[in-house]
Amino acid sequence: MAAKSGMTWGRRLAVAIPYLWLLAFFLAPFLIVLKISFSEPAIAQPPYVPTWENWAAIKAHLANLNFGNYAFLFSDSLYVNSYLNSIRIASISTLIALLIGYPMAYGIARSSPNWRATLLMLVILPFWTSFLIRVYSWIGILKTEGVLNTFLLWTGVISEPLVIHFTPTAVYIGIVYSYLPFMILPLYASLEKLDLSLLEAAADLGAKPLTAFWRITLPMSLPGVAAGCFLVFIPAVGEFVIPELLGGSSTQMIGRTLWSEFFQNRDWPIASSVAVLLLMMLVVPILIFQWAAKREGTG
Amino acid sequence: MQKGPGLFLKVAMVLGFAFLYAPIVILIIYSFNASKLVTVWGGFSTQWYVSLWQNQGLMDAAKVSIVVALCVSTLAALLGVLAGFSLARMPRFFGRTLFSGMVLAPLVMPDVIIGLSLLLTFISMSLDRGMLTIVIAHATFSMCYVAVVVQSRLVGFDTSVEEAAQDLGAKPLTVFLRITLPLIAPAVAAGWLLSFTLSLDDLVIASFASGPGSTTLPMKIFSSVRLGVTPEINAIATILIGLVATGTVIYSLMLKRAAAQRIQAEQAMKQAA
Repeated sequence: MAAKSGMTWGRRLAVAIPYLWLLAFFLAPFLIVLKISFSEPAIAQPPYVPTWENWAAIKAHLANLNFGNYAFLFSDSLYVNSYLNSIRIASISTLIALLIGYPMAYGIARSSPNWRATLLMLVILPFWTSFLIRVYSWIGILKTEGVLNTFLLWTGVISEPLVIHFTPTAVYIGIVYSYLPFMILPLYASLEKLDLSLLEAAADLGAKPLTAFWRITLPMSLPGVAAGCFLVFIPAVGEFVIPELLGGSSTQMIGRTLWSEFFQNRDWPIASSVAVLLLMMLVVPILIFQWAAKREGTG
Repeated sequence: MQKGPGLFLKVAMVLGFAFLYAPIVILIIYSFNASKLVTVWGGFSTQWYVSLWQNQGLMDAAKVSIVVALCVSTLAALLGVLAGFSLARMPRFFGRTLFSGMVLAPLVMPDVIIGLSLLLTFISMSLDRGMLTIVIAHATFSMCYVAVVVQSRLVGFDTSVEEAAQDLGAKPLTVFLRITLPLIAPAVAAGWLLSFTLSLDDLVIASFASGPGSTTLPMKIFSSVRLGVTPEINAIATILIGLVATGTVIYSLMLKRAAAQRIQAEQAMKQAA
């Protein structure tokens, strides 16, 4: 056993290769973003002037770090608004996804085992289909002369076409549609474990089905609710494609702001500061989620 | 007490699945529309599939995407196997917490941040942007998915067979190649397929990492979608959906076979013991 507990060269190499790769292409890039976010923009290639060059100079510069980019972000209502907008849109979408996803997950969990496998497959399949194409497919449905309006006008439900494309409503639809599988799967995982005899006992003791749901089913599925909400909320906050294609100019979200600062304004330091603030906004929910996942895994 | 789902749950499921599938079905139907107007039905036609082949820009982008995806999935499978193996089989090494954090973080990180940070890295390394940088960027987040799949597969197997081989004098590399690798082969194949799909699908990270002359298919689709819905995009979307659906079916069959093999192996072990 002694030989096994020691690290052989092969094992060291097996860790070292992916470790170095992630250090080089995941961790180091963040440090570079952090560094550039403290730089002054400049018209040059690359278009920024670093505030500090090497580790030795850091001490000297720490005293007068260039927080100018961050101060600018907080003073300009465009950035503050797009942060608040992102949080609001992501929260509302998460809530809608929960309201649609919960009954679906519960229905799947209560189906016969044969049906369950098929229904789960149906939930997962759209997730594998190109994200861009799924968002794109809504343009043809929602636009003014689109499928939905054509259908509603034809049936006579409405007399004027609805304007949905390029409104926040379209963004909600897009986010809920794209991330619904992320909500359903963890909900299903926790609802599937629910012991049906508890509900039978409640019914025998005279509880109405709705009471039994509120007092037993819902509390016991709360870990799934939390996991599902995080899995929808976190990617939705930083979303770029959905607001860009469905939201129009009125729905500014932070991922879009970062994109346009980088590609249109070519202001790399500001884009980097936006990225750092977005990351800081997400760290707390990510940490809570990892903690919950760990507890779920060990418990 | 009823056993199956009640009426309310059944209605919710039907509506929910209709919501998930209607857009895709509508998209596929309109890709066979003869009319250039996307919402007017002009009869069945496959002309958009034909004109797809003559669209040089789209075809070039598709070629770039496929070459990139092939490189990405192979590289990600190699790196992901090593990472997953390390996490599952080495309980202690220097900086393990940081390592497992770096494997999990890309799974929840917004694309715009990954893209921006990698681009700034490539520039500071003065690496020319092109297909190589897209491959590096995609492999970085794909390897994390492979690592998670491989790790969860390895955790399910106890180490007794590997230990037995080692006690019988097999070298660590032999143990890995002859025992561990066959055990995780289905997970590696699934991870390879997942990486291929992720790479083929990515728009945001590729846009940051690509340079002139290396436009991927999603980038091409995105730039033409901004100008409006066209039947040609519907046609290429339908082809992609078909490819992915086929891939998903193969993937789930592989997972099913892997599960069956595992049950068989466990039974054989029990009988031997």
